[in-house]
Amino acid sequence: MNYFPDEVIEHVFDFVTSHKDRNAISLVCKSWYKIERYSRQKVFIGNCYAINPERLLRRFPCLKSLTLKGKPHFADFNLVPHEWGGFVLPWIEALARSRVGLEELRLKRMVVTDESLELLSRSFVNFKSLVLVSCEGFTTDGLASIAANCRHLRDLDLQENEIDDHRGQWLSCFPDTCTTLVTLNFACLEGETNLVALERLVARSPNLKSLKLNRAVPLDALARLMVCAPQIVDLGVGSYENDPDSESYMKLKAAVKKCTSLRSLSGFLEAAPHCLSAFHPICHNLTSLNLSYAAEIHGSHLIKLIQHCKKLQRLWILDSIGDKGLEVVASTCKELQELRVFPSDLLGGGNTAVTEEGLVAISAGCPKLHSILYFCQQMTNAALVTVAKNCPNFIRFRLCILEPNKPDHVTSQPLDEGFGAIVKACKSLRRLSLSGLLTDQVFLYIGMYANQLEMLSIAFAGDTDKGMLYVLNGCKKMKKLEIRDSPFGDTALLADVSKYETMRSLWMSSCEVTLSGCKKLAQKAPWLNVEIINENDNNRMEENGHEGRQKVDKLYLYRTVVGTRMDAPPFVWIL
Amino acid sequence: MAYEKVNELNLKDTELCLGLPGRTEEIKEEQEVSCVKSNNKRQFEETREEEESTPPTKTQIVGWPPVRSSRKNNNSVSYVKVSMDGAPYLRKIDLKTYKNYPELLKALESMFKVTIGQYCEREGYKGSGFVPTYEDKDGDWMLVGDVPWDMFSSSCKRLRIMKGSDAPALDSSL
Repeated sequence: MNYFPDEVIEHVFDFVTSHKDRNAISLVCKSWYKIERYSRQKVFIGNCYAINPERLLRRFPCLKSLTLKGKPHFADFNLVPHEWGGFVLPWIEALARSRVGLEELRLKRMVVTDESLELLSRSFVNFKSLVLVSCEGFTTDGLASIAANCRHLRDLDLQENEIDDHRGQWLSCFPDTCTTLVTLNFACLEGETNLVALERLVARSPNLKSLKLNRAVPLDALARLMVCAPQIVDLGVGSYENDPDSESYMKLKAAVKKCTSLRSLSGFLEAAPHCLSAFHPICHNLTSLNLSYAAEIHGSHLIKLIQHCKKLQRLWILDSIGDKGLEVVASTCKELQELRVFPSDLLGGGNTAVTEEGLVAISAGCPKLHSILYFCQQMTNAALVTVAKNCPNFIRFRLCILEPNKPDHVTSQPLDEGFGAIVKACKSLRRLSLSGLLTDQVFLYIGMYANQLEMLSIAFAGDTDKGMLYVLNGCKKMKKLEIRDSPFGDTALLADVSKYETMRSLWMSSCEVTLSGCKKLAQKAPWLNVEIINENDNNRMEENGHEGRQKVDKLYLYRTVVGTRMDAPPFVWIL
Repeated sequence: MAYEKVNELNLKDTELCLGLPGRTEEIKEEQEVSCVKSNNKRQFEETREEEESTPPTKTQIVGWPPVRSSRKNNNSVSYVKVSMDGAPYLRKIDLKTYKNYPELLKALESMFKVTIGQYCEREGYKGSGFVPTYEDKDGDWMLVGDVPWDMFSSSCKRLRIMKGSDAPALDSSL
């Protein structure tokens, strides 16, 4: 390769798109490092505090697409206070100052303000794609700036964000000249939607492939929208009236029939079940179905729909489908790759929830299954052993037994052997979430067998520090470890400090680590940010050391090349 | 994780407790908490922060189960069982189909062919002989009508229409 001119090498690099591979290329030699950095267009930053925008831009001046992640994963479950951090404004300001030709910005768990959105919309002439996942801090006014100012907007994709809906006219802020939309997802908006502006926008967007509506878009409007966009591939339905008059139902059915490219269906945020049958004609084409927000659709209607979906690859559903419903899925959806079963009755004591039987049925019926998230009432070791035998190809295995510390409901044993069977059989396992009654033994198995494991979520598990040590010593590819309510303490935390340099982050909450343990760690590893989050105990965490025995409520540590962050709120202590 | 249900009303339950609930997880304190909660729910509606800082009960561990709040809001099951003292079998109703107490009571009256009458804050349902009660998230049995409708419909787990003679007199000790 040394005899090729740079342009040729660069051309070869164009075919290398994965972040991992490009990172690897850049390490080969100085010349490749140089060529790679000038040709890199897409950068992924898993932790926005691991680096700063100035250094990013120095290395990659031709940046076009940036992905940033902010808060740790447990923020999804309210374990991280809102003001913790993850502000995108400094990034957008730096990118704007550098005049880089930003076209795409993808943010996850970050704090986004209307000010940042306004700045974003005005600073990058070719800006095309905005994807916000689990973000917060902005209103529909910010969306209005994006709509109004981004002349070539292709994607506006808002997934599960907390957006303050000012019930304004953000949809009418798209100029009449805007005809480039490919993705429009505003399902998470709670307020009213200007239906006229929406219909006009959809009608003038011939490239629109993905449209996800919020609950304010009723049945008759949905039918009209589908008539304007028969090319739609991915549809998120808003709401159905409880008793649609037959005319609007007929119109919807007719519109649906024309959408022959439809492959993905979601939403049904407020849905009367009998309207589902309007979609039966296109079910045989569906590869993705998300009914996990359709709380009002019960078992039999779900099953009727799913029986038509023979090509389904991805299914997200509520546990109201029941074990019997999962058996239908197992016998119908032979192409299934990803299944998520969410809990429907969070008040406790569900009658129609799923058990180990449903999981076993799925594993037996769906040979291509590689990702599962399963909330259930009970589990057994025997079932997990069977699942492991049936599905050795799992990449992601996330099991959540709703009651913490629940043992095998038949043998009353811990579930160590069951999970052990999973990690032993599934040699490509990258992500694992544990639940139920678990001792240190399960961690011994994980350390021994889970060679590819990158992310592990632990809750209410283990007996001693040995458990955590098995994982830290054994899982060479561990990137993200998150632990809550487990008896791991300073000994495990401090055993191998250099391990954390190979990981993105570690979260420990309600464990046994102490303040002095965390201080020791911070001392030994200056390239780590060791953060203590203390919402309730502002006065109790003293500098003086006689409080060193104090247990730390929440610890979050991560490797970084830019040292302590300056934007931490007062209740976050960076040691 | 044992959690005792308090099924009968007794004077301790109707005792007002001053001050914020404590933080320990002893059952005694839990009962005090539910005592405070069961008698001062209207106050607690205005001071939501205090409600959230009470010690976690079995179903209220922070951040558990690990689902996003957007899912929690959507997934409230609205069908509840309704029993009436003396009736041979139970019924089920969908609370979401009613917008307020009068609608619910009318539906119950027509379902069980009884007269429940009007709610009165001081004295409950006087004169009708039938008292509508409900079991809330904490397992306590409450009189229907005390708290705002939205709060009731999201915390009601089941309904029981008690026959007047069984329901203890609710005096102004409330």
